[in-house]
Amino acid sequence: MRTFKGRVIAPGSVKAEALVSHGGLNTLASFQKALQFGDKTATCGDQNNPDLYGKQMLGKALCLPMTIGSTTGGLVLYCACAMKRQPACMLFSKPIDSLAAAGAILADVWLDDVSMPVVDSLGDEFLDYVKDGMTITVTDDGEVIVE
Amino acid sequence: MILTQEQQAILDGSKGEVLAKVMKTLVMYGDAFGAERMVPVTSKYNHLVTSFGLKMMTPVFNLMQQLIDAGVVSSQQFSVDPRPVDPDVPANFLQKLIFTKIMYATQDFYEGQLQKLGLMDEDAFTCTCYMDEVGNKPERGDVLSWAESSAVVYANSVLGARCNRNSGIIDIMGSIAGFVPEFGLLTDEGRRATWIVEIKTTKKPEAQLLGSAIGMKVMEAVPYIKGLDAWLGSELDDAACTYLKDFGAATASNGAVGLYHIENLTPEAKEQGEALIAEGAQVYVVDDAELERVYRSYPVIWKNPDAKPKLCFMGCPHMSLEQLKNWTDKVETSLREAGNKKVLIPTVFTASPAVLKEFEKTEYAARLKATGVITSYICPLMYMNNPLCGKMPVITSSNKLRTYTTARYYTDDEILAQITKGGAKA
Repeated sequence: MRTFKGRVIAPGSVKAEALVSHGGLNTLASFQKALQFGDKTATCGDQNNPDLYGKQMLGKALCLPMTIGSTTGGLVLYCACAMKRQPACMLFSKPIDSLAAAGAILADVWLDDVSMPVVDSLGDEFLDYVKDGMTITVTDDGEVIVE
Repeated sequence: MILTQEQQAILDGSKGEVLAKVMKTLVMYGDAFGAERMVPVTSKYNHLVTSFGLKMMTPVFNLMQQLIDAGVVSSQQFSVDPRPVDPDVPANFLQKLIFTKIMYATQDFYEGQLQKLGLMDEDAFTCTCYMDEVGNKPERGDVLSWAESSAVVYANSVLGARCNRNSGIIDIMGSIAGFVPEFGLLTDEGRRATWIVEIKTTKKPEAQLLGSAIGMKVMEAVPYIKGLDAWLGSELDDAACTYLKDFGAATASNGAVGLYHIENLTPEAKEQGEALIAEGAQVYVVDDAELERVYRSYPVIWKNPDAKPKLCFMGCPHMSLEQLKNWTDKVETSLREAGNKKVLIPTVFTASPAVLKEFEKTEYAARLKATGVITSYICPLMYMNNPLCGKMPVITSSNKLRTYTTARYYTDDEILAQITKGGAKA
């Protein structure tokens, strides 16, 4: 078991199974099929992301360096939250990027009944350590326990 | 973040609950990046990324309606990304039914919302709003609240405007408020390069392939590119701007680049040179072998990799007027060489409505039509985003389209050979 400390972008606490992307998460490419065609498990559709392609993102502790790609990214994440198809939490090894931040903040400010804790700046060591299927616990103050 | 009295009052609700939420969104956005203040948006027009009345976007339409109902709209007019449907683009009966009745059934409703929010005009649908024909071309140093990754990277790099890689919705909120948090690419420090890219190819690198390679390498960083001026020259003429349009779109979609500097060519690089490079910048060398490696790394996700292409899309981002003219010449010449009259694969060239109107005034329009190529204002990406089109073997020289859809990437020369001669070799 290891504990990492990051910065809270969207507050909340949660316990979930880890899903790890070592490359950037292309939000549009990853979520668009799931949102458009009723895939309630939010299967990742990004062909360029071998870590995530074809895997269920709903309810997972999504561990990643950053998000990349289209500037629809933030609103796609916002829609995923509004449609209840979001990951349990998003945990960034790097400082958060503008698109992911927008999605997390829009969901936090404009949606009433959605919780998706977001923590950033967990460090490269976090992504080196965490593996798919590990259990992740996120606390309100940005502590991430991996076991 | 330190807010002015007026900004703090808005945040506290002096101008209503909805505008207070807009303000809260911008403040949280700025806080996430250590912004210390808001700065005024100075461009004449805004640009939004969300152009499509897609069913999955219902939460966005609901949010937009909250803004409209509360009278919280921008004083800035805006252009917006391309329309997702065009009856001129080939589609079978089932596809047309799905496009109009299911996927984009809310397109008219959403365009009505855009009108109320400040759309420039009914033709202001394009990802290349900065083209002269469209008229949304910011001045150097202008602060923008734009989204659309390819437009943002162009505005920053080629025009010298200042804009972060804002997400959709954030784009309109900055415009409504009239100011945006100052961080990242709005600051001198954020515009310094942390990567040096050395171009050592034996021929002019394919714009979309080079952009992809750099995007995947540097991700969100700012690259300072040396050696490309040997191929593009030192003036931002039509040819260079068109190249940089396609190059930048690939850097932004295959990575997350919001600004690049091209030595001796782009405005800040011309003015400041290597002073733009941050201490400790990493180096990436691009030669012929590296471009080949990147090209070969693209997965082919067609069910049958050997399938005969059923459609070709060119113009993601939308083509320039010069590009349409040049491609008309190239298609004609190549067809003539092959002894063919018309293209062998249904082919669509996309451009903004304003550019297409200008193109129609030239003698090239009739010549291109005679080759069988269709012109359209559509967004190819939106066209491809459904299971029916996703299963079609579609080819493109757009690395952005490749990234977001099942379309298969080929170089420009290979595309030309495929559509005019039926083979991938140039």
